[in-house]
Amino acid sequence: MPDTAPAPGLPRSTDNASLRAFLHGLPGVDEVGARARAAALATRSLKTTAKAHAIDLAIRMVDLTTLEGADTPGKVRALSAKARRPDPDDRAVPQVAAVCVYPDLVPVAVDALRGSPVAVASVATAFPAGRAPLEAKLADTRQAVADGADEIDMVIDRGAFLAGDYRKVHEEIAAVREACARPGGEPAHLKVILETGELATYDNVRRASWLAMLAGADFIKTSTGKVSPAATLPVTLVMLEAVRDFRAATGRQVGVKPAGGIRTTKDALRHLVLVNETTGPDWLDPSWFRLGASSLLNDLLMQRTRLATGTYPGPDHYTLD
Amino acid sequence: MSEFPLPAAARVPVRKTYKLYLGGGFPRSESGRSYPVTSAEGEPLAHAALASRKDARDAVVAARRAFGPWAARTAYNRGQILYRVAEMMEGRRAQFVQETIDAEGLDTARAEEVVSAAVDRWVYYAGWTDKVAQVLGGTNPVSGPYDNRSVPEPTGVVAVLAPPESPLLGLVSVIAPVIATGNTAVVVASEPHPLPAVILAEALATSDLPGGVVNILTGRLAELAPPLASHADVNALDLTGAGERAAELEEAAATTLTRVLRPRPSPDWAAAPGLSRITPFLETKTVWHPVGI
Repeated sequence: MPDTAPAPGLPRSTDNASLRAFLHGLPGVDEVGARARAAALATRSLKTTAKAHAIDLAIRMVDLTTLEGADTPGKVRALSAKARRPDPDDRAVPQVAAVCVYPDLVPVAVDALRGSPVAVASVATAFPAGRAPLEAKLADTRQAVADGADEIDMVIDRGAFLAGDYRKVHEEIAAVREACARPGGEPAHLKVILETGELATYDNVRRASWLAMLAGADFIKTSTGKVSPAATLPVTLVMLEAVRDFRAATGRQVGVKPAGGIRTTKDALRHLVLVNETTGPDWLDPSWFRLGASSLLNDLLMQRTRLATGTYPGPDHYTLD
Repeated sequence: MSEFPLPAAARVPVRKTYKLYLGGGFPRSESGRSYPVTSAEGEPLAHAALASRKDARDAVVAARRAFGPWAARTAYNRGQILYRVAEMMEGRRAQFVQETIDAEGLDTARAEEVVSAAVDRWVYYAGWTDKVAQVLGGTNPVSGPYDNRSVPEPTGVVAVLAPPESPLLGLVSVIAPVIATGNTAVVVASEPHPLPAVILAEALATSDLPGGVVNILTGRLAELAPPLASHADVNALDLTGAGERAAELEEAAATTLTRVLRPRPSPDWAAAPGLSRITPFLETKTVWHPVGI
């Protein structure tokens, strides 16, 4: 972004006054309208072949995540095995998009996923609070990239954002973006976590989305999963509108990743409907839409088995992690 | 003095909505459907929720979630709770009597007897909760220096097809033995007479019984029984109310290795039940322990 001329209406520079003027000049979000729109779309139902297609698409979009203090190399290897072959009984089940782990476990995941198309994503920048000096955040990111992470999930400084210090947030994202560079290759994909549960209003969600995209995010992600509420449908709707409008204004397409709280197939399919109706089918692809989840995959597999065999499977038949 | 006298006819009757009992709550069917229920004489009584296969699946999920904590309670505590159900039914006696008269076409005296028997059945199984292990378990004589014991443990989630002809006493007689030993139940109530089951659910909901231990579905047996029988997360199936579908359901249950109880047709619900309905839903765990250390 920074080396292209700003499109008309975009902020001329990245000082606080310009960013503030631009972000606060964005149209306000109609909260009641956003909730009603999301609720109305949530009543759509997908059946039979359309449902089977949607379930497979959702599986391909999953970022299989484990972000616990108790994570062990063994757990990450087990999760990676599951990412490569989600259902050992059925080779027709597609692989997930990525495995998402803490930075220190990136080498384990890279090792376990070598030779497969499943990407390794790592959270970075003092996840989940983001309360650390910039140097520590950049070192965190560089180490993860050096260890082989294909995607970096960074958190923004919500404190700075809420205090109105937009320049600081912008500079931090841009700096992490630089830290994602891989010598002699494509830079690691940068996903920017807005932590919408801490942003208080939908207007702030819209502003943070634009700010992250202006600073060079490849993806914008709702939440860390550590704060409740996490990904809700109206929040995802506001973010999808932001990426749609951003592409219209700049020509650059940015992905969206709701994460946290998406546990059932029904939740996942509702998100897919929302994508199709808000941004159109251009985003209905694992390159542009991801679902950050851990327990969701089992429910998708169970629903898939149900469609294929006609029998409800039990959770005992699937791995816990 | 009465300031606003209203003519008796002006009061709009407050009618009850008969709903499902799922996971401790009273939702309508997710399908939004209902079906008309008539009395034994054919008079329209109410509309009951017409549960869908999705409701059946949700009920299994709720029962599975409730199973661990319910089985982990002490047998003594489960007994207290079952006795509490009897207390709650007794408090609603008039309502149960009326529903029984409407559903079964009995006279008042006979309906009173049925309700008393249903209340007493809870007390009966409440007494069994902490005695099952003594009767069905024990120390086994083995030829070696081992302490060898067998203990009965609950099977898990039990799908119960309640008898259609006995909507209250029959219903209590099939639910109580299942949950007494720590199983959780998904119950398909009597299809022609579902209303007593909904009243029972209201008694259960106020009896300290954790949500999800008993889940009651009202609707068509033909629609609800097959998905429950073939469901891989259902551990046992009680075919009491299955009628002529029993064979086909037993076959469906076999594909997922589900335990099946297929009793003789039309049991006498007034007779003393004994252990015949407790033992089919138990697993025996045997442990060998070296002695003399």
